[in-house]
Amino acid sequence: MSARAGKKKRIRVYHRERWVDSGEGVVRLRKKVIRRRKGEKAPRKGPGPRPLPRPQEPTYPWKPQPFGTYKGRFGRLEATRLLNRAGFGPAPGQAEELARLGMKKAVLSLTRPKGKAKLTGPAPVDQEGLPLAPFDSWGHDHLWWLDRMVRTDQPFRERMALVFHDWFATSRSGVSQQRQMIDQYWTLRAGVNGTFDDLVVRITKDPAMLQWLNGGDNNKWSPNENYARELMELFTLGADRGAYTEDDIREAARALTGWRYDWDENLGAVNFRFDPEYHDEESKKIFSRKGNWNWRDVCRLCVTHKLHASFFVDKLWSYFVPAAPSTNTRKALIRLYLESDRKVLPVVEAILQHPDFYRGPPMVKPPVVFNASLLRSLGLPIETNDWIWLCDGAGQELFMPPNVSGWDDDRWLDTSTVRFRWMMVTYALDKVHADPWDDSYRDSETTREAVNRALGTYGWPALRSDHQAELIAMANRIPAYIQDEWQARPYLAMRQNALLQLIPSCPDFQLS
Amino acid sequence: MNRPGCCDNYTRSRLFRSAAAQAGQGLPQIESGMPMPAGTGLTRRGFIAGAAGLALAVYGAGKTPLPFFEDGIAEAAQSDRILVSIFLDGGADALSLLAPVGHPRYRELRPVLALDEGDGIAFTEDPSLRWHPSAAALAQLYGEGKVTVFPAVGYTDPNQSHFTSRHFWEVGELDTDARTGWMGRYLDLVGSETNPLQGLSLSSSLSPSLATLDKPVAAVEGITGYDLWSHASEPVSDEMFRSFTNMGSMKSQSPALDDSRRAIRATNIVRQTLANFGDFESPVIYPEARLGTQLSGLAALLGAGMPLHLVSVTADGAYDTHSAQVEEFDGAIKATCDSILAFQRDLEARGLQDRVLVQVWSEFGRRPEENGSAGTDHGAAGVAFLIGSRASGRMVGEFPGLVNLDEDDNLRHTSDFRAMYCSILEQWFGHEAAPIIPGAAGFARPVLIK
Repeated sequence: MSARAGKKKRIRVYHRERWVDSGEGVVRLRKKVIRRRKGEKAPRKGPGPRPLPRPQEPTYPWKPQPFGTYKGRFGRLEATRLLNRAGFGPAPGQAEELARLGMKKAVLSLTRPKGKAKLTGPAPVDQEGLPLAPFDSWGHDHLWWLDRMVRTDQPFRERMALVFHDWFATSRSGVSQQRQMIDQYWTLRAGVNGTFDDLVVRITKDPAMLQWLNGGDNNKWSPNENYARELMELFTLGADRGAYTEDDIREAARALTGWRYDWDENLGAVNFRFDPEYHDEESKKIFSRKGNWNWRDVCRLCVTHKLHASFFVDKLWSYFVPAAPSTNTRKALIRLYLESDRKVLPVVEAILQHPDFYRGPPMVKPPVVFNASLLRSLGLPIETNDWIWLCDGAGQELFMPPNVSGWDDDRWLDTSTVRFRWMMVTYALDKVHADPWDDSYRDSETTREAVNRALGTYGWPALRSDHQAELIAMANRIPAYIQDEWQARPYLAMRQNALLQLIPSCPDFQLS
Repeated sequence: MNRPGCCDNYTRSRLFRSAAAQAGQGLPQIESGMPMPAGTGLTRRGFIAGAAGLALAVYGAGKTPLPFFEDGIAEAAQSDRILVSIFLDGGADALSLLAPVGHPRYRELRPVLALDEGDGIAFTEDPSLRWHPSAAALAQLYGEGKVTVFPAVGYTDPNQSHFTSRHFWEVGELDTDARTGWMGRYLDLVGSETNPLQGLSLSSSLSPSLATLDKPVAAVEGITGYDLWSHASEPVSDEMFRSFTNMGSMKSQSPALDDSRRAIRATNIVRQTLANFGDFESPVIYPEARLGTQLSGLAALLGAGMPLHLVSVTADGAYDTHSAQVEEFDGAIKATCDSILAFQRDLEARGLQDRVLVQVWSEFGRRPEENGSAGTDHGAAGVAFLIGSRASGRMVGEFPGLVNLDEDDNLRHTSDFRAMYCSILEQWFGHEAAPIIPGAAGFARPVLIK
């Protein structure tokens, strides 16, 4: 039996579904279509799909706005930006839903979710179809968290965990067990709902961190400066601001002594505990203050340091807005932080409602955010290990930051990482693309239909009109290659695949 | 499917035989004035390098006459000077690499980490120092007069933060706000608008040293297999890539959008250039090390006449050895030095040794006094090398000794990394250092090239 024998009967009349952006939201239109015979007049060529409202481009050089609440339009594009920066992008229809709430309610719906987070959709599996083993299997920790980003109904919690993972960057390359990385993840995830003081205390005694920065090797007989330095430089005060001296680091290292662990041949570092015998009980002088300081005192001295609040605000801001805040905004955020006893949430909420957040320049999505938002927009579950090496190649494998300063958020895109983003799209399309060699693809699809279909597949992402015009131009160039009748189906199917590939690969989709 | 203008094949060895060098013409799509391969009239020309078994494809504008390419390749192959910068990430321990065994305090400061009596390899320019046994390959090149050693390189007011100090080295100045790398600034002045391979990071992301203001540069983790797959094939995929390039070529005021477009445009060019760069054979055997693999590919690219100019790569190993230093350091240094030796031999076999200079650096050295975890904490002055047949082979600055340490008990520097950069720019590239390295006039100009 030849492959052609199973060919479906040609249906002349059918219903076509189309996604249309009504301006208020995407609606699905169902339309009766009559398929024309060869030689019959071709359907009228439309002007292409209706361009989405163009994102309002900021004027350059960008002038930071004073502190306040954003008062402008809060539509689909603004809601998309909110979801891209405070979550992992919209699932189809989600931006419209959020836009209907208005800005403030939309922000609070993300930052103050009710109840426990729910993961909806199929549970993640590896490529053998087996459940993930995040504690044990290499890379499954990455997949496990990526899945939470894709499926959670509380994306803000996951995004803040990612922010703090970058902030207190710990790599499993220096940690015995993946379980310890995931334990740290829960600590980081809880961080947004408490004070920063609390988070610093918890992270200082965190077993993964005690291994990663040698806190567990630091004892009164032979102090190790590693954690003391990064606590000040990267976590609480910042380098080159005159906040501390080399002597402060050495003295703080002494004050941090006392943590130890045992070494198990199979498990590695276990049984983390504070041992007063290992702690240096002599007096230390930190930030010009003398005392018999211990590890809790060091945490407190760092977060109550007069240069801490500004460091905290600048760093937190930089995760959400790519241009520095105005002096006025910076001062207001510092005040807000101090007045709320160094709670994290009020500051984030103020940033997410600031005019700069909505009207300021775009920023590049981190690779894992790109990956998660791609899967969210397609509604795809985690079904393959490939996301591990793809994210790694794109520059961001979870639980594997390049070093203790985290990822370099200013340099996400180059010829190597762009290639891996491209491949992420190719892999995501594995299950979604049209098969050029089966007979199901319609051989009379117009450019307009093709572009609409591809955009609809991604829930009508907000592309700039010049990019959208290029998609249409590409789609228009393909029919000229169809010389023989047999070529129509495969070429049009491949055109669809090319469109599906280009939409998330285009410059816009890299940005939030 | 036949399409016009596709796949004219030429033998590269024939090109070399016939081509006379002509000044001022680079490889296809390198020289300014060459049209961008941005869609219209794109022609793919496959050059097969018979001798090395290399196949590579070069794209250029179809209307450009072929002799232009021939001359361009010959020219690029014969006169370009290449710098390969190898980074030891984490602050490599200078006192292990070149152990000051002849200094009285050495064994007191390094009770655990000191070399055993009589261990190591003699360092002729200063008998008080000995090469670490794992650096034997480097010592061998040193013996051939191909290594210029900076035994204590650094800068005034040394910063002991990895990130700040590394940044200073990358940007070539002591400015935490600088946004372009020192190699990037050189490319901004002399580089092309259309050749991203002129500044190549052999890594999964671009080295900040190569960050330019607006000239295209590239990052490629592996030399081979750089291709973009999709669920569309020719001819549809050609149109898809044409649109991808077009999207990368649009103008914008937004820095992030511009970055995104520039990266996409460069990705396309690299894809077109490297797509057919398949398996290659090296004339020498490289060690089993990431750096070795990358350098072997690099030598093959250079051998094929690819338009590379500045290359950056990170060596094997994590040199931030706060604990159990020997476990990490010895293997990492051996992998690094063996790879460098193989690379030098490869270049010599290909006759490229006079065109390539290798620079090895780290963000700082480690503290002379070891800590209690059989490791070392962050220090100040460190060690750097320039390697190649044209390297002067003469030590720059002396070893400062272990008695007179700085206020943080760290090694004092006897040469400045910016002086090294100035000399590389002027003596190797023949380009004035002043517009690239701030305060260039104030730095010495050690003789680095012979």
